[in-house]
Amino acid sequence: MAIIKVQRPKLSAGEKIYFGSIFKGMIITLRHAFRSLVGKSVGAKELNSSGVGITMQYPEQKWDEELPEYYRGTPALVTDELDRERCVSCQLCEFICPPKAIKITPGEIPSSDEWAKVEKRPQAFDIDMIRCIYCGMCEEVCPEQAIYLRPDYVVTGTTRKEMVHDKDRLYEIGGKRVGLVNKWNDLK
Amino acid sequence: MHPVLNQRDRTMSEDAPASTATAEKKLPKDLAAENGMVNVQIDGHWIQVPRGTRMIEAAKMAEKEVPHYCYHPKLSSPGNCRMCLVQMGMPPRPAPGADPEYGDDGYQEIGWMPRPVIACANTVAENMGIRTTGELVEDTRKGVMEFLLINHPLDCPICDQAGECKLQEFSVEHGSGQSRFQETKIKKPKNVDIGKNIRLDDERCIMCSRCIRFMDEVAEESVLGFSQRGTHTSVTVHPGHRLDNNYSLNTADICPVGALTSNDFRFQMRVWFLKETKSIDTNCGTGANTVIWTRGNEIFRVTPRQNDEVNSAWMPDSHRLAFHSLQTEDRLTRPLIKKDDQHGESTWLEATSKAAEGLSMRQPNEVAIIASGRLSNEELFLTQKIAQSIGTDLVSIVPRKGESDGKLVSADRNPNTTGANLIFGTDEACAKLDAIREGVIAGRIKSLIVLQEDLLAEAGFKKEDLEKLDHLVVTHTHANSTAAQANVVFPGTGFAEKRATYVNVTGRLQRANQAVIAPGEARDDWEILSALLGKLDKDYQAPASMDGVFNALAKEVSAFNDQTFGSIGDLGVSITETGVTIPLLEQEKARKESGIIVG
Repeated sequence: MAIIKVQRPKLSAGEKIYFGSIFKGMIITLRHAFRSLVGKSVGAKELNSSGVGITMQYPEQKWDEELPEYYRGTPALVTDELDRERCVSCQLCEFICPPKAIKITPGEIPSSDEWAKVEKRPQAFDIDMIRCIYCGMCEEVCPEQAIYLRPDYVVTGTTRKEMVHDKDRLYEIGGKRVGLVNKWNDLK
Repeated sequence: MHPVLNQRDRTMSEDAPASTATAEKKLPKDLAAENGMVNVQIDGHWIQVPRGTRMIEAAKMAEKEVPHYCYHPKLSSPGNCRMCLVQMGMPPRPAPGADPEYGDDGYQEIGWMPRPVIACANTVAENMGIRTTGELVEDTRKGVMEFLLINHPLDCPICDQAGECKLQEFSVEHGSGQSRFQETKIKKPKNVDIGKNIRLDDERCIMCSRCIRFMDEVAEESVLGFSQRGTHTSVTVHPGHRLDNNYSLNTADICPVGALTSNDFRFQMRVWFLKETKSIDTNCGTGANTVIWTRGNEIFRVTPRQNDEVNSAWMPDSHRLAFHSLQTEDRLTRPLIKKDDQHGESTWLEATSKAAEGLSMRQPNEVAIIASGRLSNEELFLTQKIAQSIGTDLVSIVPRKGESDGKLVSADRNPNTTGANLIFGTDEACAKLDAIREGVIAGRIKSLIVLQEDLLAEAGFKKEDLEKLDHLVVTHTHANSTAAQANVVFPGTGFAEKRATYVNVTGRLQRANQAVIAPGEARDDWEILSALLGKLDKDYQAPASMDGVFNALAKEVSAFNDQTFGSIGDLGVSITETGVTIPLLEQEKARKESGIIVG
């Protein structure tokens, strides 16, 4: 392999003492500082700035309105318009989940229940939000359209246990979802 | 199974001498007939199969899968699912007076039938051709699948069969993926309680009648049947009867769809999460071959595994549901030592020393061992070694006699009585139990080791008898009244928690594999016995694994000679003759000989 010797650039005396460049940089910085204090930063409006520079003050300020429709936040279970559980605990999401965040305990709907026709629903449904990678595979695989990734992304807690969303929490996040699900239909 | 010879290879090799010899060249049909075989062409390849073989079995020998629902080798073949349709061909009938013409390869030309035939109930014939692929066959399968799915509820996300459902599998393989059915589906009863172990869903049923035939032919309690006609046909249990037979869960196994499902396994876990471990049943002397289905450290179900020398393809319900007793709260998890009439948790080292101490300070005739017919060969072998090292001949197992049900449940409810007899070198391993009991009552026996038995519940001992003992060592899986009396209690392992070998009533050596890990600090019984033996006999070299114990056993007990844990295989080997037969196998043999089943 050929060895190429790179010549160092020859610097002039002014360049060698570099104060000139520092001074130039400080002027630019100060100009931006002044502009942000008077509220005239470039792009501040578009980026929903808090008024100082272009910074958005999270969590006081949030960008939620700007989230795209396909945004994948925390996965949650949904009920239908009559508050029936859509999930039948087929455990396909548990199977597909790449980080194994989902754990389902299937259970039988007692025959006394009004919707006993469906026979099966989850007894427990836990999603470990420390493990969840928000990939959306659970939503994609669900044959009953029961699990969706919601726009919520603020999942915090002080213990590991708090970070596990149980069934009640999942339904609370998920809310209702209206749409045709055939399994309640007596003719199907 | 049957030898499959490539006829073409065979004729080619014999071609050269035949052309030079003066003897007339033999045709493949004559060569095959000498051995009671016939030549069949399956998907273009000629093979020899025994005369009278079903076409579906011939295809299996040629390693061609013919999809089917109603056909089961252990049941009669009604041919009602129509899924196994294949194209069949025979040589054309020669004109009157004409001789059949043979080609260069020695076969007649096949004239293919324009309509398919079912492969499950037709037998092969000389020079027959079978096509398991091709346009005709594929179209028929697609058509049959479409008909089967017309009224199917498609509730796979709810159905327990999903994942092991033949309707799902063949629908993917041979179905169309789209329904053309415009009308309303026929409604049938769902979630019907027809027996204590079985749930019926008529909408999912495809009317293969396997369950009906099983109850008629194998369980011999005809409680199932079809009612209604046409598309309204549904499986029902006869009025006034219930499917409460002790073999009812086999119907859920053979049901190709989710029409019959197990109440016990209902909605417990999806099958694709479960790990299968081949093992054997230890609830009676038959030792039915099983598969234990686990996820994590939990057993979810036990199903039979086919072994034509032991349990055919079936298993009694009472035995397959017995695994629940392993997963209870009263399992022993730590070694216990009694101090001031109170059991306290201890360490293995301390408990073993304490147990050995109480044994070695006695005269040999003051010590007795009550082992169990539920112990494996390795454990019984070490028990025998302990008895020899103590010097006592008071060793017995507890007999567990019941009534045979005339099928698979043996009268001997101990899984390893034969093994105990072989290892103790007697005809009656339980013979000395009465002597030991009398010795304990009379106060002659001061120290007693009890292995995996509850003496108060099953061996006729009374609480005051055991109080006379100075030293009682008990190993068991569960807390029980005998263990409550013991000075030292060791937590042992159950059937699914260890590798072990057993000898069944017919003298077949079989092995059980470990499916789950025992709870807490519980140890394999052979380890407990080995540690105890190490304390009693200073020269004893404890083997590193269960295989080491088995190898020692194979060296010392003649019936086990030349066996290793590996040589036993999944289906076991016969090591001794006991003259005992399994009634269900005899019944199956009779049905096979009369040609009702393939077997």
